[in-house]
Amino acid sequence: MASIAIVDYRAGNLTSVKHAFAEIGHDSVITRDPSVIAGADRLVFPGVGAAGASMAALRDLDLIEPLRDFVAGGRPFLGICVGCQILLDNSLEDGTTPCLGVIPGSTGHFAAGPGVKVPHMGWNPVAYARSHPVFKGIPDGSPFYFVHSYYPLPASEKDVVARTQYGDTLFASVLARGNVVACQFHAEKSGKMGLRLLQNFCEWDGKP
Amino acid sequence: MLAKRVIVCLDVRNRKVTKGVRFEGNVDLGDPVEMGRQYYLEGADELVFYDIMASAEGRSIDIGMVRDVAQKVFIPFSVGGGIRDLSDMREVLLAGAEKVSVNSLAVKNPDIIAQGAKAFGRQCVVLGMDVKRSSHPDCPSGYEVVVQGGRKAMGMDALDWARRAEKLGAGEICLNSIDADGTRRGYDLELTRLVSCGVGIPVIASGGAGEVGHLVSVLREGQADAALIASMVHYGTHTLAEIKSGLAAAGLPVRAMEN
Repeated sequence: MASIAIVDYRAGNLTSVKHAFAEIGHDSVITRDPSVIAGADRLVFPGVGAAGASMAALRDLDLIEPLRDFVAGGRPFLGICVGCQILLDNSLEDGTTPCLGVIPGSTGHFAAGPGVKVPHMGWNPVAYARSHPVFKGIPDGSPFYFVHSYYPLPASEKDVVARTQYGDTLFASVLARGNVVACQFHAEKSGKMGLRLLQNFCEWDGKP
Repeated sequence: MLAKRVIVCLDVRNRKVTKGVRFEGNVDLGDPVEMGRQYYLEGADELVFYDIMASAEGRSIDIGMVRDVAQKVFIPFSVGGGIRDLSDMREVLLAGAEKVSVNSLAVKNPDIIAQGAKAFGRQCVVLGMDVKRSSHPDCPSGYEVVVQGGRKAMGMDALDWARRAEKLGAGEICLNSIDADGTRRGYDLELTRLVSCGVGIPVIASGGAGEVGHLVSVLREGQADAALIASMVHYGTHTLAEIKSGLAAAGLPVRAMEN
């Protein structure tokens, strides 16, 4: 079976993603070893915590180049939550943090107001801007589980796969470019549709 | 549009789900991991596990149970009861819970909220509040924070405490009405609206759910972001499918059942 590596960057709970892959019959390994990352068939960058702290941890662990190399190699890459935001050029969380720059863009912050609580927490529909292999068999408008205060602001519409509405903000909730796909929601905690997305990711050849 | 969440609460004692009326006369209902899995499959939006004896027995939470739940449940869940310090919080989150709930610990040591938010992100820190109606002079909102299952009143105003916890870094509040808890006569709508409109973070209404109409009222008039239920589903009087379709029929945004 193809190998799946989950990037361990000291962000806390990464086992949820591993358990979700196990539930659909795929082994995966949680690793911070650059050689394991380089040898993986698929790479998952799960998100927990803040973008700034995540980037600092990646720098500390010398994982920035291995991640960039993996992306450049063309094999499937999945970013989740903060793992979606750090693919952009920079993040406004914790000031302006330079990020990986795989997808041009930055992040925005939800403005709290009447009926708009921050963080954006809960199940919200994901509406397609275009099709993508990881959404095969998932109906347009399916709800996924979100927990975040910052959201992706990609520079190009071409990198947007789906959008989600929260309060007055319509934000890009799924980004993709080449062999990289990234969702702001937690696929591993989004019930059966989330598991379906992970299954599709396991079957994806990395071609857009 | 963000869905209103239906959250199933599982009170756990000696690794059995239990349910009591006003914290007395508990009966065991089943295995927490199996029940959690079942509610996940039936369409619960989120689960909450409370180790109701950890605090009284002065021990840490049952981490083995948290790990087992994390392998079987693919929706978010939070864990509370018996959290004593930051290292307990870390252990619960590393075992696979999305959120950790602090209640009496935060009353004793409010700074634990700030510490938890700094270490793990505010979305991981839930403030659990037990509240009852009160004419205490220091409680102008008419609601007072209580601990020890409602037995000990703290002389703290509930709305003040909620706002303070938000400033400290709580990501969510689970607001339990001791007056309504276990009655199955409906949530305390006034309390829920007061707190939910008084803070900028999500509020989960808890205590008193007995029928679908109670959830409709607390999510609409009570302005809650989520409604906690327990006995409605534990005793089989309602299914999650019925509850979800009842909320949808009332015009509330809910997460539809998956096939």
